[in-house]
Amino acid sequence: MAMAAALVARALRRVRAGGARNVAGEALRRLVSTLVVAEHEGGLVKPSSLSALAAAEAVAKDNKVSLLLAGSGPALHKAAEHAASSHPLVNEVLVADSDIFAHPLAEPWAELLRSVQQKGRYSHVIASSTSFGKNLLPRAAALLDVSPVTDVTAISEPRVFVRPIYAGNALCTVRYTGENPCMMSIRSTSFSPTTESMSETKVAPITQVDLSFLSEASSSKSSWVNLTSQDTERPDLANARVVVTGGRGLKSAENFKLLEQLAEKLGAAVGATRAAVDAGYVPNELQVGQTGKIVAPELYIAFGVSGAIQHLAGMRDSKVIVAVNKDADAPIFQVADYGIVGDLFEVLGELLEKIPDKK
Amino acid sequence: MKILVAVKRVVDYAVKVRVRPDRTAVDTASVKMSMNPFCEIAVEEALRLREAGAAAEVIAATVGPAQAADTLRTALAMGADRAVHVLHDPDPARPLLPLAVAKVLRALALQENPGLVILGKQAIDDDCNQTGQMLAALLNWPQGTFASKVIIDKDKQKATVEREVDGGTETICLDLPAVITTDLRLNQPRYATLPNIMKAKSKVIKKVTPSELNVDIRSDMEVVQVDEPPKRKAGVILSSVDELIDKLKNEARVL
Repeated sequence: MAMAAALVARALRRVRAGGARNVAGEALRRLVSTLVVAEHEGGLVKPSSLSALAAAEAVAKDNKVSLLLAGSGPALHKAAEHAASSHPLVNEVLVADSDIFAHPLAEPWAELLRSVQQKGRYSHVIASSTSFGKNLLPRAAALLDVSPVTDVTAISEPRVFVRPIYAGNALCTVRYTGENPCMMSIRSTSFSPTTESMSETKVAPITQVDLSFLSEASSSKSSWVNLTSQDTERPDLANARVVVTGGRGLKSAENFKLLEQLAEKLGAAVGATRAAVDAGYVPNELQVGQTGKIVAPELYIAFGVSGAIQHLAGMRDSKVIVAVNKDADAPIFQVADYGIVGDLFEVLGELLEKIPDKK
Repeated sequence: MKILVAVKRVVDYAVKVRVRPDRTAVDTASVKMSMNPFCEIAVEEALRLREAGAAAEVIAATVGPAQAADTLRTALAMGADRAVHVLHDPDPARPLLPLAVAKVLRALALQENPGLVILGKQAIDDDCNQTGQMLAALLNWPQGTFASKVIIDKDKQKATVEREVDGGTETICLDLPAVITTDLRLNQPRYATLPNIMKAKSKVIKKVTPSELNVDIRSDMEVVQVDEPPKRKAGVILSSVDELIDKLKNEARVL
């Protein structure tokens, strides 16, 4: 508060000195506070939301962050405890506990976000660009009459952002010139969560959100039916250190099992191109690309992937890219650090022989 | 029930775009333009619903400059019944934002009273993925985004939508009217046949302006600059798996 008072005082001195009336407004606008809309699973804040916290720090080093969690039951409360000591900038954890939030439906969630924003008057709202964030943030933004910036990959000033356009073939730097809040979704691969451990003394308070704004109408227009996912021990594609991807060249779902074996040895996640998903070799949640998952692992190995623009959009920021394809002219070789032109099944077979099992 | 489908004219998906040397925008000067692939899927879904008897009329709409009428002609040639063209000339420094488009579409929806508005989940030029969600908010309708399957129950006035999400496929049920945004696998759009392209020339395209719809197209975003992505340094083709393993261990140090 002392800092806020000092900023306002400085601004008022400028006003008295004959500067624009705007300046006081500017100073107040520069007080940064952020609502981070987080996701949780199994009693922990998800890594994608920890990236959102890293983005909050990029907005302002002295950002005051309120972290919002919703859901119901003991897992929610465990996640709140995790959130309370997840990052030095977290000032408070807001918990919305209701069966209405048991599933990620956009309609009640957007009303929650609007209500929390209207009470807290944050200068910024950040969500990670997961399917949840993508579904929710624009709806909430429209309720607040705000244009959000989606899929941010860099923050150079509190209101200046870089985001990819044209499937990542161009990077656009935009300045948000509207009213508060400045809302954004961020690409978690561009913001690594802080690895420094927090000192034990900083544990943020956990507050229950007043849910009286929820009406009968809020939750009645949509209902959640179910979620079908692949049962897998593979690490999450979005966070894995190594990703092994198969394209149309794999030719069958059976052959993808070979890729899984390699992934097992490398502790890797398995990815796929649109062509492989369309052909039914693997389920959709493995798709890497412009409209699928964006990944940026340490190592990305692509088997039988031609390297279409839309696929590159999803993996071009990987640290090391390896491509195996029998077509020497495949565009993938233009982004690969190491390439092998040859039969992917032979290469895969040899790799399976020569790479030891994971200990 | 009427279905309103919003479509956008964008740089064709196969074009490799270049950034202008002055770094103000992507060069779209003499580049091939097409209907956004996700919008084609939206038109196709609307047509299928009409063919199945779930809807009586499909109306295509777009917000854009004079040339955007081409995209409406394509929608009409695919089989849409009529179209609305909301005229707006682009300004690269102050882009037309999804919020403005959503406000325009809301005005159209309030005029037409459709049971469903279907949009592509994102445009492949700005990759925003916002308009459908915003429109749903402004209309206070439920939303089914990233749809890979849509089933309409006319009697119960409900839509069951399967959606592609990070964890797999999620199924939700929405009361109509609702907004749906299409994902890749919802359907395979039809090609407009030559006879249909000819027929489309006599279908109506109503022209209207944002001010006639009482919509203020304000832009809260300024484009500061547009750059090329960082170039990767050239890679090497290796001659054996042994070499690959060696490089990954000892040179790249990722293994």
